[in-house]
Amino acid sequence: MLAEIGQFTLAIACMFSLLQAVYPLYGIYAGQQSAIASAKILTVLQFVFVLLSFLILSYLFLVNDFTVTYIASNSNSALPWYYRLSAVWGAHEGSLLLWVFLLSLWSAAVALLSKRLPVESVARVLAVLGLLSLGFYLFVLLTSNPFLRTLPYFPVDGRDLNPLLQDIGLVIHPPMLYMGYVGFSVAFAFAIAALLEGRLDSAWAKWSRPWTMAAWIFLTLGITLGSWWAYSELGWGGWWFWDPVENASLMPWIAGTALIHSLAASEKRGVFKSWTVLLAISAFSLSLLGTFLVRSGVLVSVHAFASDPTRGLFILGFLVVVIGGSLLLYAVQAAKVKSRGRYRLFSRESLLLSNNIFLIAALIVVLLGTLLPLVHKQIGLGSISIGEPFFNRIFSVLIVPFALFLGVAPLVRWQRQNISELMKPLTIALITSSVLTLLFLALFASHFTWLALLGVFLGFWVLTTIICELYLRATHRFTLWQGLSKLGNSHWAMSLGHAGFAVMLIGITMTQNYSIERDVKLALGEHIAFEHYDFHFDAIEALQGANYTGSMGIFTVRKEQRLIATMKAEKRIYTVQRMPMTEAAIDAGFTRDLYIAMGEMLPDGAWAVRIYYKPFIRWIWFGPVMMALAGLLMILDRRYRSNKVAQTTQEIL
Amino acid sequence: MNPRRKKRLLITSSLVLGLSVSVGLVLFALQQNIDLFYTPTEIIQGKNETGVKPRVGQRLRVGGMVVPASVKRDPTSLQVSFALIDNGGGMVTVFFDGILPDLFREGQGIVAQGELINATQINAFEVLAKHDEEYMPPEVADALKGMDHLKTDNNR
Repeated sequence: MLAEIGQFTLAIACMFSLLQAVYPLYGIYAGQQSAIASAKILTVLQFVFVLLSFLILSYLFLVNDFTVTYIASNSNSALPWYYRLSAVWGAHEGSLLLWVFLLSLWSAAVALLSKRLPVESVARVLAVLGLLSLGFYLFVLLTSNPFLRTLPYFPVDGRDLNPLLQDIGLVIHPPMLYMGYVGFSVAFAFAIAALLEGRLDSAWAKWSRPWTMAAWIFLTLGITLGSWWAYSELGWGGWWFWDPVENASLMPWIAGTALIHSLAASEKRGVFKSWTVLLAISAFSLSLLGTFLVRSGVLVSVHAFASDPTRGLFILGFLVVVIGGSLLLYAVQAAKVKSRGRYRLFSRESLLLSNNIFLIAALIVVLLGTLLPLVHKQIGLGSISIGEPFFNRIFSVLIVPFALFLGVAPLVRWQRQNISELMKPLTIALITSSVLTLLFLALFASHFTWLALLGVFLGFWVLTTIICELYLRATHRFTLWQGLSKLGNSHWAMSLGHAGFAVMLIGITMTQNYSIERDVKLALGEHIAFEHYDFHFDAIEALQGANYTGSMGIFTVRKEQRLIATMKAEKRIYTVQRMPMTEAAIDAGFTRDLYIAMGEMLPDGAWAVRIYYKPFIRWIWFGPVMMALAGLLMILDRRYRSNKVAQTTQEIL
Repeated sequence: MNPRRKKRLLITSSLVLGLSVSVGLVLFALQQNIDLFYTPTEIIQGKNETGVKPRVGQRLRVGGMVVPASVKRDPTSLQVSFALIDNGGGMVTVFFDGILPDLFREGQGIVAQGELINATQINAFEVLAKHDEEYMPPEVADALKGMDHLKTDNNR
């Protein structure tokens, strides 16, 4: 009975989203205040009903109701309760329910938190969000209903959640990522609403900016978690594979990064407005494209659940309507927008534009590398794959001017900048960062490579220019400490975010250039030594978990006779799906990770073992976390909370 | 030329230059990193679509079923070799030095990426068997259609 109620509340939510899409727009057209004001109420009601539906599905998972097909194929009574709960979004149907649920959560947040915005603008934004929700409700209800029953012949027990997904990473990774994907719908809705209204001003950029930043934070954290999860769970020790699905999440991230930078310019200087709108449309369109690629089964990946062609067709149709419709609207309306700012060639505006150009170039490379194999196959030239070296090579070229400009940009004034004024700080930064790079490499690098030199230098270049900029800005009018305390949150956010990027860059460089990966054959009692570490294979123990059995290899690691760690690497066999899984043992550290994964037992009783030394790999995830914190700091800036928004609106009007 | 035109010319030409350099770079990198997918039969007889045989030394991906009882291990190292077959009847041998994935089994569909060392032998640097037992890459599923030991229903 409960499952039917769940489906029913979902249908009701769908109806509310239809009303939310149509009624407020009608109100604006007919000038009915009550209809305009209804947008917020309808949004909240829609949220309440989809929340109910989501809670019902979660409850059914908790009580092991295997009469529901979705639960029977993705859960099991032996599964611990927290994995039963996270199994809600462990496969196609449930993850789409999560998607619409989060979309309505964002909509409700917009409805409740935008008291200072004009009622009509909010109504337009909510109507656009309603339209998007409607599409997804129809998708869930028509093609991927999670509440379908197995009756009358329901199974005694479920087929279990994919063992790969039984990890703390899965509990948080998909919701985070979806929060990011779906969050860009708010930026999209703001852009479309502004186009509908035919009015794009600084106030619009100001309202849209914290929402965009919030979505970007979630997406950043989601991707970072995914990378960390792949590293610790897949047993290959890699942190990024250029897998099409990873690319699908990276593309909206790159577009979103370009968007937050261009929004900053739009807000502060009133420039790049139509470009910003286009980026907002692209960021969300790429999120949709990602969903299409992942959910339609056209891609070969761990993430691709569904291979039902009607689903792919539905998303493709939806994609065409949303992207085509919004681009059409853009084509008609964007010409009306005039950016009023003027700026010289060497100015903050130009450098922000160059940031956008490099990001878009990177985006096109990823898009090309992801879609080309699909196109190649569809036009009958046979299937191909585009390897990691392609992306690595192009990104290592693109990153150089990107990072150099990134260091300079914050030092440069808006509108115009005299180059000679910057010569002194830039020379100091150049010398300091070169010295730091050489010191760093002398301390941590086992040998010299040009790529490592370049990467680490770029990282330190960004860091030293940040410090230069903070110093100059602070001592411009006050003493250093006074000046630093007077800098606004958003200034600190910029510095912290860029520093996060530098940290990530150094991490990537060190990991890519100085990792040592050994696949070895080890018998009990044998040992292998490299990079001053000695790995000794002590014992092998039998393993018995709630829903798996297996063996656990125990290793002791010594460095110059000193005990560093005892590491336990597991090989599990999940009993329900008869699926083997590797649980790597990781000894994490600030400057290096040690990583052991059990391969298979060989006929003579010895084990194949992967032993990795990964320098600075934590920095790859620590950097993005800094970026996300920086985003949070920016949202908390005073100017997004005070009544100034209302004032600026009036000034502009 | 007046200074404004000169400036515009400078900007335009640098844009064109930058664009062509990046396009050239992307194409160059692409050309070197595209790996074509072959089935064992296609390696021997040439691709179905074009009839082109792979060159010796070419990097490629090959997908097929591991022939039962063909897996041979070197007793002292991780060297392993196995035969791959598809529904066209062609058979090639794959050499690999490393740890096979968890789901690698005889009679199972796999994909290997590597270099062709002679007409029927491949030196693989990567072997992939997918993580879901019922799942199989579409190329491999096509190559194995109609063979035994195989779950063809991947309608999960």
